[in-house]
Amino acid sequence: MAHTESPALVRALFTDDDVVLSAVKTLRDKGHSISEVYSPFPIHGLDKAMGLKETRLAIASFIYGLIGLTVAILITWYMMNSNWAQDIGGKPSMSWGKNMPSFVPTMFELTVFFAAHLMVWTYFIVNKLYPGAEAQNPDPRTTDDHFMIEMPAGKGVIPALKAAGAIEIIEA
Amino acid sequence: MFELPKKIKMIAAALTIVGLGLLVIGFNTDYSQASDGHDDHAVAQKDHDALSTHGDYPGEAHAAMIQAALTGELDDSHAGTHSDHDAHAEVTHELEEGHAEASHAEHAVDSHDDHGAARHAENRPWAGLLVNTIFFLSIGLGALFFLAIQYAAQVGWSVGILRVMEAMALWVGIPMLVMFFIGIAGSLHWHHLYHWMLEGIADPASANYDKIIAGKVAWLNAPFFLARTVIYFIIWAGAAYLFRRNSLKEDAMSKGKNLFFTQRKLAATFLVLYAVTSSTSAWDFIMSIDTHWFSTMFGWYTFAGMFVTALTVMNLIVMYLRLGGHMPWVNANHQHDLGKFMFAFSVFWTYLWFSQYMLIWYSNIPEEVTYFMNRFSAEYKPIFIGMVALNFLLPILVLMSRDSKRIFGFLSLASVFILAGHWMDHFIMVMPGTVGYEFGFGYPELGGLLFYLGLFVLVVGHFLGKAPLAMKNHPMVKESKHFHQ
Repeated sequence: MAHTESPALVRALFTDDDVVLSAVKTLRDKGHSISEVYSPFPIHGLDKAMGLKETRLAIASFIYGLIGLTVAILITWYMMNSNWAQDIGGKPSMSWGKNMPSFVPTMFELTVFFAAHLMVWTYFIVNKLYPGAEAQNPDPRTTDDHFMIEMPAGKGVIPALKAAGAIEIIEA
Repeated sequence: MFELPKKIKMIAAALTIVGLGLLVIGFNTDYSQASDGHDDHAVAQKDHDALSTHGDYPGEAHAAMIQAALTGELDDSHAGTHSDHDAHAEVTHELEEGHAEASHAEHAVDSHDDHGAARHAENRPWAGLLVNTIFFLSIGLGALFFLAIQYAAQVGWSVGILRVMEAMALWVGIPMLVMFFIGIAGSLHWHHLYHWMLEGIADPASANYDKIIAGKVAWLNAPFFLARTVIYFIIWAGAAYLFRRNSLKEDAMSKGKNLFFTQRKLAATFLVLYAVTSSTSAWDFIMSIDTHWFSTMFGWYTFAGMFVTALTVMNLIVMYLRLGGHMPWVNANHQHDLGKFMFAFSVFWTYLWFSQYMLIWYSNIPEEVTYFMNRFSAEYKPIFIGMVALNFLLPILVLMSRDSKRIFGFLSLASVFILAGHWMDHFIMVMPGTVGYEFGFGYPELGGLLFYLGLFVLVVGHFLGKAPLAMKNHPMVKESKHFHQ
């Protein structure tokens, strides 16, 4: 994330995801704090190892799903029963309650649609990803086959990183 | 080695005996007199206009159907919808025929009523036994299926709980024996759970003749039914036995050797046979109760309920073993995955339930829709709606969050409710076609439930104690131990 810009940073490059994962664990065990890890792909268990907060995206997605469900109920009622009442499956009851089973697919689809789309947009906004956004990774190699740990400089940081298997250390 | 505590053994044995006692009382109770069902019946009659009271009996079912069509209860614009179907001709034909029958039914409603109610009441204890037999059969069979899936898909995370699945799968033989007994009793006319077992049902000269069922006798006849029950028994119990035997053999092998691929071949073979037998057994044991009715989704629907039930019981057993410290290698991650399965297949069950329901509701064909009209009667509706709520809304609301699948309290609470929901599902599948409105929760139902519950705990506890809970030579033991997410 963008707010990691601070005057004294150490960036260490690794070539293996398992090594990065264990490096993060040992560094944090030694009392160092990790600001960010860059990786070309998601590493299983890294969020826990870094001690990141649990994501609230799931709660957001639940709320988006409820919004989708509400929208689906409203549009099926408005389109099929209110604005232009339809004879559904030979049952001209013209009431939403009685025709409900035939609207369930719509309700399901819109719930999924809202949850999925709004979740993706939320993700983009939270992470400041928009067209023309500047790349936030300091080294392009982390989009290819390298991994990077970024952490505040301090006593013993560099030897600890080297011991953890860093192949290159950049002090910024 | 795990051993079922003495206290639990005693309680389970007591449950079995009490359950058996209640079953005996149930079988010796005359429900046609014991219940004041006649008054209820009269009320029901008014409400439902003779509809669905005897839903599965020939003639009467027609009469009810036709009457419903005449009074417009099925659907206001019925004739209009089906006007260009071939069915229309048939419907009109039956309308004429049915009109006579319907008026006959109206006139003779009392005599019909007594007759049907008596026959329904006679079925009570048997129906109670059948509901519980199918429910507990589904626990064993679902676990057996899950066990086979673990091998066929080369699953790593679940190796630590394979022994639990084995123990549950070995249970499958006992309800199958009872099922066979129910089949024998039916063919001896001790009960009328299966209407097609009635004598002379395919004989045009007989008073019991039913044209529709006569067309199904190639499949629905007592000898073939019993033969199929035996075949199911051999396939299911045989597979459970073979899985167990190989797995014990594997434990005795020297380090580094295993029977994984033998088990995988067995699993693949079993799954193919299971795909067929799970559907056909659902038709035989459950769908043939409502003999006139059919649904192409029924096998899948029954399977979904079966699988959820088995997963839920598995969850409870694993939780119990973890609490007792018998499975230190199983942690919250494994439990979480079992919980996910339970949650996912609850939704899958709902999906199938709804798919079956909506297609029938939408097309609104009398011969199909009677099945759901029975279940939407004032008497059955609370159970019917209640079980959908328990099996869908409850898991959705309780099990959706990640944490609730890791906390024993939430998980066990949800498990108990889901089990109750699926028991009710089996109840609602069996009862309307066998006992009509003479249903209840009395001696036979409770007795069957307690009997099987006690026996299940004893048998599964016995098999859990027969072998170490940890497998030794399975190639993915280590992977299972290190499983995390």
